[in-house]
Amino acid sequence: MGGKDSTAKLAVIGAGPGGYAAAFLAADLGLDVTLIDPEPHPGGVCLYRGCIPSKALLHVAKLIEESRQARDWGIEFGEPRIKLDRLRAWKQQVVDKLTGGLGQLSGRRKVRYIRGRARLLDAHRLEVAQQGGATTRMGFEHAIVATGSRPTRLPGFPDDPRILDSTTALELTDVPGRLLVVGGGYIGLELGAVYAALGSRVTVVEMMPSLLPGADADLVRPLARRLAGQLEAVLLETRVAGVKPQKNGLKVALEGAGADGKDRVFDKLLVAVGRAPNTGDVGLETTRIQVDERGFVRVDAQLRTAEPSLFAIGDLVGQPMLAHKASHEGRTAVEAIAGHKVAFEPQAIPAVVFTDPEVAWCGLTENEARARNRDVTVARFPWAASGRATTLGRDDGLTKLVLDPPTGRILGVGIAGPGAGELIAEGVLAVEMAALATDLKLTIHPHPTLSETLMEAAEVFFGQSTHLYRPKK
Amino acid sequence: MAQEFKLPELGENIETVDVTSVLVEAGDTVRKDQPVIEVETEKASLEVPAPFAGKIEQVLVKAGDKIPVGATILTIAPAGAQPEPAPAPELAAAPAAPEPAKAPASGPAPPAAKAPAAASAPAGVATPAAAAEREPAKVIEFARPQLGEPAPAAPSVRKLARELGVAIERVPGSGPGGRISIEDVKAFAKRLIASPAGAPAGPASAGAGPQLPDFARWGEIERQAWSNVRRATAGQMSAAWTRIPHVTQFDRADVTELEALRKQYRGRAEAAGAKLTVTAIVLKVAAAALRRFPKFNASIDAEREEVVLKRYVNLGVAVDTERGLLVPVIRDVDTKNIVEIAVELGRLSEKARQRKIAPDDLQGSCLTVTNLGGLGTTYFSPIVNWPEVAILGVGRAETQAIQEEGRFRPGLILPLSVSYDHRWIDGADAARFLRWIAEALEQPLLLALEG
Repeated sequence: MGGKDSTAKLAVIGAGPGGYAAAFLAADLGLDVTLIDPEPHPGGVCLYRGCIPSKALLHVAKLIEESRQARDWGIEFGEPRIKLDRLRAWKQQVVDKLTGGLGQLSGRRKVRYIRGRARLLDAHRLEVAQQGGATTRMGFEHAIVATGSRPTRLPGFPDDPRILDSTTALELTDVPGRLLVVGGGYIGLELGAVYAALGSRVTVVEMMPSLLPGADADLVRPLARRLAGQLEAVLLETRVAGVKPQKNGLKVALEGAGADGKDRVFDKLLVAVGRAPNTGDVGLETTRIQVDERGFVRVDAQLRTAEPSLFAIGDLVGQPMLAHKASHEGRTAVEAIAGHKVAFEPQAIPAVVFTDPEVAWCGLTENEARARNRDVTVARFPWAASGRATTLGRDDGLTKLVLDPPTGRILGVGIAGPGAGELIAEGVLAVEMAALATDLKLTIHPHPTLSETLMEAAEVFFGQSTHLYRPKK
Repeated sequence: MAQEFKLPELGENIETVDVTSVLVEAGDTVRKDQPVIEVETEKASLEVPAPFAGKIEQVLVKAGDKIPVGATILTIAPAGAQPEPAPAPELAAAPAAPEPAKAPASGPAPPAAKAPAAASAPAGVATPAAAAEREPAKVIEFARPQLGEPAPAAPSVRKLARELGVAIERVPGSGPGGRISIEDVKAFAKRLIASPAGAPAGPASAGAGPQLPDFARWGEIERQAWSNVRRATAGQMSAAWTRIPHVTQFDRADVTELEALRKQYRGRAEAAGAKLTVTAIVLKVAAAALRRFPKFNASIDAEREEVVLKRYVNLGVAVDTERGLLVPVIRDVDTKNIVEIAVELGRLSEKARQRKIAPDDLQGSCLTVTNLGGLGTTYFSPIVNWPEVAILGVGRAETQAIQEEGRFRPGLILPLSVSYDHRWIDGADAARFLRWIAEALEQPLLLALEG
């Protein structure tokens, strides 16, 4: 642990998937690096209260849903009995195992890990308020600011422990009878699905006319259809006008298309309307760092801020706020600091919604193509024509390619269905490699798997799909 | 019925322009030839006039757009026509995509219009921020690459291009669908090195050198993007400097008498609307010198080992403008008298400074004259304005003691320089050329006698 006024070649503020990936690569490149975070181990929101614990719970939710579906196949289970303490402990075990592992990886790499909150004093010095009250100062040549984001709060909502955000919802203190999820984006739908599987009657309100605003409608449809059977209600173009805490619950007034004029009472509310970058309390104002009108730190393609010694990565610098984007940015920033000629220039950043069915896409979407008046050809392969999907009892999925019409170059890929999050990786590689539909068509995919749907979508582009007959026009 | 108005041909070799401002908006009524947008090409800025009178229905470009010749700028309902009830939906969006170039082998496809910030975030943030997200970043020096419409190259290929300092978007791909390979990048880099400015990248490739140090380590810095003029100048100067074996020679002219004449006839020139400047007089003398020394009115065709001799005398004049160096061209200077030259010089310089100069006014020069005297410079060595073979530099005249018949008298001495292409012109040629110019300035009669 650094003494007073120690110095580091590189200081990384925040040990989420952006910060720790940066610190680890810096150590691998032989840089002297200090990593600072309030948590006992690296991991950040992603591991402590985001991606990882939610995926553990979603796995359980899927198991419960499938056990119900098994009745159709002649297998009957009783209604699940849920031991919340055990479930919570298991989720915690997953988190502890992974964060502890990162702590070990950090130590083996000789990354100096300081537990505390860092604050910049200027472009070359910072102060850490350590766990336990001590304050230390240190100098650095370069720093990477990776303080992430936090759930956005809605103005006008009362301060009530029954109003949850993604963090408190993952604590799983109980399973409320009636849960209102405010926001039909990926966080709201993932957590809403978990609580619905555990037994809550879940209502979702979304301001926009569709769930997962921004995603292509044909990818959202299979999810919306399945959720309709699991959730109490999905109210689109609807917003919460007011919340009144009562003894028997939270009285909620709705307005918009889904409002019927009557107030509804819920046991708990989950607010999942987005996340805001953590730009306060880091001491940015002591530097020349610029923040844009939406609160994101301005950086160039190397993630360098207006202050040449300071870099910023991850949720702090803009959408999409995704762990894998942050990690890639962190590694780019470190390489830039090491003097390599690099830039953050992905051609596709995959987005995955881990509901059931999963929804995943990368590269150009149909919505974007339309907004830009970009001429594209879309090749769709419905999973009803996939043998593997049928064996899973899940033929409601869709795989589609967004293609450049003259060359057949794959510009974007979208998948809805179980396992879409795994399948999309092949799409990302195709876009990054500038693959053509021909390349995908001529690549042998294992049978019977869902990955064949990508190959067959490429065949659809040529009107030659084996398992999908389309009469010639 | 509204008609589309497409960006017309603006001059030789102009394929795309930057829209600097849009002068009309939907609903405006315009006269025929009324300027509707202002665009900037590599060196000139010009206004594009409406093709006919009518009412603007839609404006499809905005300031900052880079548009190709043939792109639809706006739709106009011709005067007298019934207004359309609703515009066709196809017209409602961005400017028309550029037509594929006729010779696809000649270079990469022009990069399509930059996409607005990708809205691919899965976060269902149901806030009005969604609209703001579509606004592209305004701070140019911090602009990040946008997703969508990327160069067809694998990450490893893009990495190599970055390391070699090659803009991947400019590399023509030889693979299926125009895919760019490692070999394509290497071949492109080699060509860049072999011909610093004539590479397919165009005049913009002033050449990426070795990596710069982090200047901010030693104090505050600021980064500024090059303007189109600066980019063009950088490309042109690098090309000239690396291609031409330069020699500069100096001479001086005693212009005491000429200065007296200039002062004497200044009023008369002014009456004709001209400012009788040293530059105007030097232009007249230089034109006469080109007639007398045709070797200087030439261009070298190195590939064919030939020289192109010109039978006309057009002179370029370097003009310092806010945007940078511009070189407007005065035609047939040898057929014009000094007052006519002065009038034209004044007109072109003003147009250059007002950004109104047309691309044609910047082309076709035989020899360039650059006068830094107004700024106090004496002798300097200008760079030949390729494909010309010589450039004449003029400094500030100063009164010096001249020894004449054993006595000293004050004389006004004008410093002169000539830089030339030694592949074609020898030192003795240049000495004779420059001496003749000096003598013509000393003895204005020489112009009438020999010029």
